[in-house]
Amino acid sequence: MNNTVKISIDNLTKIFYKKNNSVTAFQNVSLQIEEGEFVCLVGPSGCGKTTLLRILAGLELPSSGTFTIDSDSNDRPLQSMVFQEKGVIPWLTVEENVAFGLKMRHLPKEFVRKQTDYYLEKVGLKKFSKLYPKELSGGMKQRISIARAFANDPEILLMDEPFAALDEQNKFILQDELLSIWSETKKTVFFITHSIDEALLLSDRIVLMSAHPGEIIKEIKVPIPRPRTMEQVRANAEMAEQFITIWNHLQQEVQRSRR
Amino acid sequence: MREEKGGVLYDPYETEQQEWKKQQVKDGAKQLLTIISPIIILLLWEIFSRTGILDIRFFPPPSAIVSTFFDLAGSGQLWTHISVSLYRIAAGFLLGVIPGVTIGLLMGLYAPIRHFISPIVMAFMPIPTLALLPIIIILFGIGDFSKVVTIAGSVFFPVVINTVAGVLNIEKVYLDVAKNYGTSPKDFFFKIAFPGALPVMLEGIQMGQAIALLTIVAAEMMGATSGIGYLIWTSYKAFMLKEMFVGLVLISFFGFLFSLFLRGLQKKIVPWR
Repeated sequence: MNNTVKISIDNLTKIFYKKNNSVTAFQNVSLQIEEGEFVCLVGPSGCGKTTLLRILAGLELPSSGTFTIDSDSNDRPLQSMVFQEKGVIPWLTVEENVAFGLKMRHLPKEFVRKQTDYYLEKVGLKKFSKLYPKELSGGMKQRISIARAFANDPEILLMDEPFAALDEQNKFILQDELLSIWSETKKTVFFITHSIDEALLLSDRIVLMSAHPGEIIKEIKVPIPRPRTMEQVRANAEMAEQFITIWNHLQQEVQRSRR
Repeated sequence: MREEKGGVLYDPYETEQQEWKKQQVKDGAKQLLTIISPIIILLLWEIFSRTGILDIRFFPPPSAIVSTFFDLAGSGQLWTHISVSLYRIAAGFLLGVIPGVTIGLLMGLYAPIRHFISPIVMAFMPIPTLALLPIIIILFGIGDFSKVVTIAGSVFFPVVINTVAGVLNIEKVYLDVAKNYGTSPKDFFFKIAFPGALPVMLEGIQMGQAIALLTIVAAEMMGATSGIGYLIWTSYKAFMLKEMFVGLVLISFFGFLFSLFLRGLQKKIVPWR
């Protein structure tokens, strides 16, 4: 892996200001993510993970601090986001949803069609391309979301617990599919999850956040060689230990935030 | 697959088939009820007015109303009334819906416009347009146009309010998706705001259609020389109640027809629902 820094987050803080009751979502978050790296951000709920991602996605502004996403070409979008759920637009067909980013950039029709077809094929939605999302299951809808983000070919991908609402089996299948698409494109991915298993399976590096106000407190490398499977992660003794470490940390944080 | 229970053979497939058949019969019965209810009303009406329980001068039997309908249709004057009313409804409807949708979209999309126009809409909405009819007649005369304006005024409010609600109720995540994927204002309008608001907007248009029919009859009762409302009113004043009932039935018929048409249209333009 080359060591160019792709995402550089520098001392980011976000405060939600309300009269009498301001909430610090997270503070002094600094993080560097390398080109092609898959980083999972794990933390107890309410630690500001989603807010951090939304700031990177340009949906919210930080209260202080800066971030940069390195870009080497002008015609490529900086980032595309895979939303939690319901991020699929119901009045567009599967195909139109996948093509959404490309169409919004008004790229040549032929290119849009090719790119869309390629990713529809990749996620196994080719034969559903003309249907409306209401006719598809939750797992299928998340496939649309993933295909839409990859088809847009951005500098980095942001994923906000994309599998959180899926049942266990669908989750495994989609995680596997995500890894296979990712291994082809080698995009830089910043992925939020509260599932330790998911983080161990997917990421090169896990970043742990504390309960609110969120701060980064620990980083863990995941040295398992790729391609990985859930069985490998489960069978790996070192990973089992890591799981416990992260688990304990989350427990402590949840306890602490209750006090 | 057969299972024995207390000496009786049960076939699960057969059991389910029986259940399915029972359900079919139930569904059929429900449909039958829907068809039967208006027929029962008409039959009772016919019997009651023929046996003198209902006063035939006020409630002529349905069969007499039907034959009056054919008399009026034959003489040709009915078509004039119908076409005049339909023209006024259509023109008034469009004149209410088009500004209603336009202003509603602007209010939904731009908060300053919404805050500026909202109080004006709120203040005018409770005033029945019919109460303004004298002013409308002073301004626009007693011709077609005053009726058209009256209908437009009544149709405008449900449409504008539903359009605003339609835009405001678009799920926030779709706005996030649009922003995240760099949607231009023009694309945002055509790909997100308009289609997203469409279902609720169409509900408003459906309401507007019903209100247009309510309004036309009343508007034609005051200061008109033709139209279904005029037919109802003059027949009533001349105590020709069969003719009056023909007018009432016509309004009911067109209301039903327009509802069916708009429902069909809704299915066509919002297939994703």
